[in-house]
Amino acid sequence: MIRAERRLSEPRWLRLAVPLLSIAVAAVVGAIVLLATGHHPLATYHRILSAAFTADGALSGTLIAATPLVFCGLAAAAAFRMQLFNIGAEGQLTAGAIGAVAAGLALGNAPTWLMIVAMVVAGALAGAAWASIPGLLRAFARTNEIITSLMLNYVAALLGNYLIFDSLSYWRDTSAQAKVFPQGRPLAESASWPAYGSSIVVPFGMLVGVIAATGLWFLYRRTRFGFEVSVLGDSLRAARYAGIRTRRTILSVMALSGALAGIGGASQAGDFAHLFDPRALQQEGFGYTGIVVAALSRYHPAAVVAVAFLLGGLKNAGFALQGPDFPSGLVGVLQGLILFCALGGELLARYRIRIGSATAAAA
Amino acid sequence: MNSSILVVVLASAVIYGTPLLYAALGELLAERSGVLNLGVEGMMLVGAVMGFWTVQNVGGPFALAIATGVAALSGAACASIHAFLTITLRASQIVSGLALSIFAGAAGLSSYLGSDLSLADAPARHEFSKLDIAGLGDAPVVGPLLFNHSWLVYCSWLLTIAIGLYLSRTRPGLNVRAVGESPQAADALGISVTRYRYAHVIAGGALAGIGGACFSLDITPLWVDGLTGGAGWIAVALVIFAFWRADLCLVGAYVFGAFQALPFTLQARGYTVAPELMQALPYVMTILVLVLVSTGWSKRRLGAPAALGIAYVREER
Repeated sequence: MIRAERRLSEPRWLRLAVPLLSIAVAAVVGAIVLLATGHHPLATYHRILSAAFTADGALSGTLIAATPLVFCGLAAAAAFRMQLFNIGAEGQLTAGAIGAVAAGLALGNAPTWLMIVAMVVAGALAGAAWASIPGLLRAFARTNEIITSLMLNYVAALLGNYLIFDSLSYWRDTSAQAKVFPQGRPLAESASWPAYGSSIVVPFGMLVGVIAATGLWFLYRRTRFGFEVSVLGDSLRAARYAGIRTRRTILSVMALSGALAGIGGASQAGDFAHLFDPRALQQEGFGYTGIVVAALSRYHPAAVVAVAFLLGGLKNAGFALQGPDFPSGLVGVLQGLILFCALGGELLARYRIRIGSATAAAA
Repeated sequence: MNSSILVVVLASAVIYGTPLLYAALGELLAERSGVLNLGVEGMMLVGAVMGFWTVQNVGGPFALAIATGVAALSGAACASIHAFLTITLRASQIVSGLALSIFAGAAGLSSYLGSDLSLADAPARHEFSKLDIAGLGDAPVVGPLLFNHSWLVYCSWLLTIAIGLYLSRTRPGLNVRAVGESPQAADALGISVTRYRYAHVIAGGALAGIGGACFSLDITPLWVDGLTGGAGWIAVALVIFAFWRADLCLVGAYVFGAFQALPFTLQARGYTVAPELMQALPYVMTILVLVLVSTGWSKRRLGAPAALGIAYVREER
């Protein structure tokens, strides 16, 4: 019989060993799946690594795929840290994209720096507003935020489709050639966010993401607000007795989380799409992958950036390699396996495993 | 009369609601034992793809029954990963469930299996056909609503009754509720918390797999990636909407089914209603119901199992 005993303190070396071991075990299990279905594991992994990191231009593609994951990962990390399970980053990202594109369209041909500021602010506000719905309900009506934030993902997706496909909204291209195939109204040239570098292209949004991660780290580690968040995360009652305004903190964390996802939406519009494209956002499922990123990084902002880069690479490889000779869905399988192993590995960090019968141990 | 809009919408509500009902009943079993499983969408998709694979490769009069069984087994296999992680390894139920959705979902295992077994772009070789019970299929109003459905629909009705009775009238059913409400007390009574939780999470997965098979063998008898289109997520919401009761799961499933079907029916008749606004209604309604219930405006007991989402560790009780 296998039993687990709670550790009193978590050894430091485990913090790095557990995630690395998780990835290794996931790779082995993935290899078994590949072998069982008649694919060559080593060759497949080699292709994935090459398409994700080492081939010409692969890193640029990986950075593009990682940018939204940084924002959604930070959004999930910010909320989950306080045991506030905001799984609505998906919808908040869509809301952010709607807000940012509205700001970009309204400014017409304004200079790029003004565009960037306006789009980031509008995206953050729209994301925060969308997240405030479950936030308010949780703070004042004690409604479970998991379900409400999840439901609002669908509402946001449907709202996005409505704006582009079933109405003559501000966001829709109403010129003659767009009558047949509805699409978003394109932003002006000056609303394209810059990108840096020649062989490895770093999108501007990635820089914003790194800045946001630093800011979040500072906020949670070095300020009174961050301390209150961690107390609230551990015990609602203790927080209340300590005089922490629980409702205000819940609402602030929810809005912060939504704002981060919202900036992710702004970056999608400013960096890559240059218009509001609801279908593309829905297909990617950035919000859900963001939760994986946050869980793998154990809610640490710096680790979020690193994990987002790793999973971004996986995603980029899946996109680059898709075709008849590459098993579709392999990327999701590998992501899921890594997460399963990381969850199992958590146990190693928190508990000591003893093998032997319970009675023998008791004696 | 049978083509009046109300009858058409209600009849298609039953069809679209059936996969939701199976999945919601499965989730109900898991949640009543205290385990939240957010991986329903993934389990449904794997059930759908494996059920479809079976009808493409197995013939004979029992092909559909075997396919439904295979779908249930594959859903159960997926659920056992979640059960192992959350019950034995005490991992976070939310993260593990999401991991299962990603692992098995539209861009994961179900798509992998679909392409590896080359199932796309072919119609099903067997599909569930509509029965005509006692020749009443053409009877006004009640015919299309009650007497003209596939086996899957009638089985789901029986299952709803069975699960309702199981949870309220039988010893094991009451034990499950005890495990979900207070695992400490149940353990003290000599009920094995681990065993009950494993059994119900896995049974829940089997029902989710059947729910997925409703799509690939009945509603749209073919396989494409992401066939279930978010039905698994609706099923999770549905359990809450139904106050964790089997009979209300049936009502809820058909309400959600009606709102999925309504826009198509209205469009077919020349009414121009934006389908998105209609489709958003059930989600908004779920939120409203949740708010009403949680603020205590409604005096009825909410019914959420008290230990839902919490791992049980005997040594730490």
